[in-house]
Amino acid sequence: MMAEISAKKKLHIPSIAIWVVVLAVLGLAAFGLVRVNTARPEPGQRAPDFTMQFYEGYTWNGQSSASLADMRGNIVVLNFWASWCAPCRVEADLLEQSWRKYADQGVVFVGIAYSDVEPKALAYLREFNITYPNAPDLRTRIAEMYDITGVPETFFIDRNGVIYEFHFGPIDAARLTTVIERMLAEG
Amino acid sequence: MNRYLVWLLRYAWLLLLLLATPAMAQEGGRLVTDDEVNAIAKELYCPVCESTPLDVCETQACADWRELIHAKLAAGETRQEILAYFGENYGDRVLATPPARGLSLLLWVWPFVAFIGGALIFGRYMVNMRRAAAASENEKAMRETAVSYPIPPTKDPYIARIEQELKGE
Repeated sequence: MMAEISAKKKLHIPSIAIWVVVLAVLGLAAFGLVRVNTARPEPGQRAPDFTMQFYEGYTWNGQSSASLADMRGNIVVLNFWASWCAPCRVEADLLEQSWRKYADQGVVFVGIAYSDVEPKALAYLREFNITYPNAPDLRTRIAEMYDITGVPETFFIDRNGVIYEFHFGPIDAARLTTVIERMLAEG
Repeated sequence: MNRYLVWLLRYAWLLLLLLATPAMAQEGGRLVTDDEVNAIAKELYCPVCESTPLDVCETQACADWRELIHAKLAAGETRQEILAYFGENYGDRVLATPPARGLSLLLWVWPFVAFIGGALIFGRYMVNMRRAAAASENEKAMRETAVSYPIPPTKDPYIARIEQELKGE
């Protein structure tokens, strides 16, 4: 009799169901919080991989889409920008000139347009005669992975896909050249 | 001379109207008001500033987005299509009303789960309370009608202990 009562107590289904639902909701909320609070990858850490759909005319190796992993073996200068961002205009010409200078040394410049409107982004690329690969940040997933706090921001990624340096704000010629030359020297 | 001038103006106006019609058709064929743009912009958030609705934000990014809404409305797209475009391209976080998918689904499901859970707990509490009241009534009635008789002493020490504890000894 007592054993039956205790078995009934142990299998109280409504209570179990409520606890399962509460725990599931809490678990999902925790997962969401962890995902939202992604920290910016620091130098020495592996660069988060992502796939990009390039703007027409701004492809890489003739491919309309590529992932960062596809670029492994190259030094990647990953630049976040937007056509509405005034400081981005300061560095736009420098980035293009540097791309032309280092393109044949295994350095790939990649522009990621953050929260931009395609016609405006394309007009910006044409205005600065930019020729290096550029892609929109669809659903701002790449910006979230790299936890950018604004534009422009630039990540230098080495040939093994590891973050080498990070630069916040518009970059100047001295800094850009120094970092790329150092990366090239280190192989 | 004046008659010729009036005639010329009349037909020049007609010619201008005829030329303007295909141009309007090419642009989508309908005029879009700022109110229409703002009605949709109100349902979106600025991608740069935190928690600022698109219709009141003064950044260039938002001005570009409003321009895009204008172009899409002129092209005949519906409110739903435009909002879906922004969600697809800039992420659900720019939508004032998050769609019921992914983690946003929690926001939609949680109030119902909480309501059902609350109703179950409340229902259970009420049932228990009623049972307790009924039991108390029964006990009272039994006491009133009870005939006292000696309870035979039990030999089981466990039952004896329970009885002792029930008596509060």
